[in-house]
Amino acid sequence: MTSLSLKDVAKSYGTIEVLRDINLEIDKGELIVFVGPSGCGKSTLLRMIAGLETITGGTLQIDGDRMNDVPPAQRGIAMVFQTYALYPHMTVRDNMAFGMKIAKKPQVEIDEAVSNAARILQLEPYLDRLPKALSGGQRQRVAIGRAIVRDPKVFLFDEPLSNLDAALRVATRIEIAQLKESMPDSTMIYVTHDQVEAMTLASRIVVLNAGNIEQVGAPLDLYQRPANTFVAQFIGSPAMNMIDATVSASGEKTVVLTSDGGTAAVPVASRAEDEGKAVKLGVRPEDLVVTEGDDYLVSAKVEIVEALGENTVLYLEPRKEADALIAKLPGIHKIAKGTELRLNATSEKLHLFDESGRSFHYR
Amino acid sequence: MGGMAGQRPLLMWVVNLSVVILVLLWTIPTFGLFVSSFRDADQLSVSGWWTALTATERNQIVRAPAPEEQAEIDGQFVIAGNVFGNETGGTVLMFGHNSRAPQAYSVGETAELKNGITLTIEADGSYRIVAPEQMTGKRGQRIFFTATEPPRFTTANYQEVLFSEGIAKSFINTLTVTIPATVIPILIAAYAAYALAWMTFPGRAILLATVVGLLVVPLQMSLIPLLRLYTDIGIGKSYIGIWLAHTGFGLPLAIYLLRNYIRGLPKEIIESAKVDGASDFDIFRKIVLPLSFPALASFAIFQFLWVWNDLLVATVFLGNNEDQLVMTGRLRELLGSRGGNWEVLTAGAFVSIFVPLIVFFALQRYLVRGLLAGSVK
Repeated sequence: MTSLSLKDVAKSYGTIEVLRDINLEIDKGELIVFVGPSGCGKSTLLRMIAGLETITGGTLQIDGDRMNDVPPAQRGIAMVFQTYALYPHMTVRDNMAFGMKIAKKPQVEIDEAVSNAARILQLEPYLDRLPKALSGGQRQRVAIGRAIVRDPKVFLFDEPLSNLDAALRVATRIEIAQLKESMPDSTMIYVTHDQVEAMTLASRIVVLNAGNIEQVGAPLDLYQRPANTFVAQFIGSPAMNMIDATVSASGEKTVVLTSDGGTAAVPVASRAEDEGKAVKLGVRPEDLVVTEGDDYLVSAKVEIVEALGENTVLYLEPRKEADALIAKLPGIHKIAKGTELRLNATSEKLHLFDESGRSFHYR
Repeated sequence: MGGMAGQRPLLMWVVNLSVVILVLLWTIPTFGLFVSSFRDADQLSVSGWWTALTATERNQIVRAPAPEEQAEIDGQFVIAGNVFGNETGGTVLMFGHNSRAPQAYSVGETAELKNGITLTIEADGSYRIVAPEQMTGKRGQRIFFTATEPPRFTTANYQEVLFSEGIAKSFINTLTVTIPATVIPILIAAYAAYALAWMTFPGRAILLATVVGLLVVPLQMSLIPLLRLYTDIGIGKSYIGIWLAHTGFGLPLAIYLLRNYIRGLPKEIIESAKVDGASDFDIFRKIVLPLSFPALASFAIFQFLWVWNDLLVATVFLGNNEDQLVMTGRLRELLGSRGGNWEVLTAGAFVSIFVPLIVFFALQRYLVRGLLAGSVK
């Protein structure tokens, strides 16, 4: 059942268009993550759903009702802000009860909702404290509790973990995942620029770039079948390598010749007219292996070696390309700087993109 | 390293010393006023407040009892008494018997008056006038003497200014002007500041620019036109008039200060409250107002002190009668009529700064916080 839908939604400030043609259907119970680089419009889109920014084009529907001009409080949403946005002069209890008090709900109902949220988030010992007497993680839990108390149709999270330190971020991330599990019916939209949060939390990820949706899909789909070079390079760390190549044979499998003189047969169909065209061959750093044989994708000189123990990251300079190539080899490797290496990958792990950056899988 | 370590403490000393000097410069006059207001009127007129704890040397005149009080002792006629009257204390240093030579004799010497009459004064002030024959005349002998007196402190000055110089009434009048003239602008300005900070409506920028522009308009410009307007519409010289005037004069600064403070509140808090369903009025009342207390207190201090100390606006918009004369006006009148009576002036002045001091010390922690708020963020 569709919980929230965006149809041709656009946002412009005067003549500057920051979002366009946003089409998205979100089902009840999903946890959707908006991810993208800074300035891609993901927070703006979330704030448009919340009603904090006007929608300049298209339609927003929540539970089938048009919400474009409905004030935030009546949209059935609750929002958790990056900076917590707690009311500093109110106790934790009053912070969580604020919305219901404004709505003039009976006190019994308020108490029940607050104690319920406090129990879920283990905030019971802190109910009578002021926000300043709480740690960052506790404050963010109060902010989440405030959202729970509102019992919304859609939860909106705007980079809720960005203000926490690294250790707390992991712990709170797991708490949010558990919270989602305990509330399977609630729909959540979560904005982040951290792809680890996106990959671990999302049921579906929406990748945004420069005001457009680049791809929507389950986390592993995005990793395994990126629709274009942007998604390919945005998901996964270090980013996917892009090797210039030309198509030498089309058909069920596409054979390409890399600029380095290597060949590869990518298991994706191509048409006869593709032959001879320049393409990008994508390969993830963790899929590259060192080879001694003549079957290789690239041959390059090692520039920097980062030995992390768990794996070894190599930065290589290919002879005929400007972009540095990154290889991530599992375990410890004794490789000297300046060594000439041949790298290969199994053909199933290869991605092929046309000149415009579109994946051959999605043509 | 050594030089660096040595410079910092030196700088600290300079800073601390400057602060101490500034504090002394500002507090010494107040303290002097305070001490003076409790000193005896006669002592106050001859020595400064810093001598308040030491004995005062003063030239005085007393008149001995008339000759009919004389007693005949051992064939001589004697008039005895004490120059200090019934009061105790004081030491006579020198004395004389006529105004041309008030310090002609030291204590213990015998002054020769006419007809063989002699005058002796002891250090404790007791004197004897001895005559070989019966003294005649209606008036007693004048005795000039120089004496040191121990310091005397009294609350009589305050009793005088509060109960007989009308300052108590003026004090009430000033409060009548000041309290509404502080509260009304704050009420109006807080609403305006919220609207200018967080509500979007056409013309907001122009309105704000107008308010900033009004900051630099001297209020003297509008005194007479305003008074004529008041007279035309029947308000005349009244408390309502002066409340409105002070409100108007205070509003630009109030709106400007509060708007900047309220604008500096975190945007997310306001948005969060909106998502929670709060109307603008709810947000203002339940979120913005409690969080703006430092700014409100700062402005309250400014406005209170300004209105309390104001003479000009009160002179223009209030009458000179008992019911409308404010403290500053009363003190000005006292300066004219009792300009030489320092004890009245100092006590009156201290009564007038007493309330501002209380207000300032009660709210000064908000003043500091309120002014710093927003500057570091």
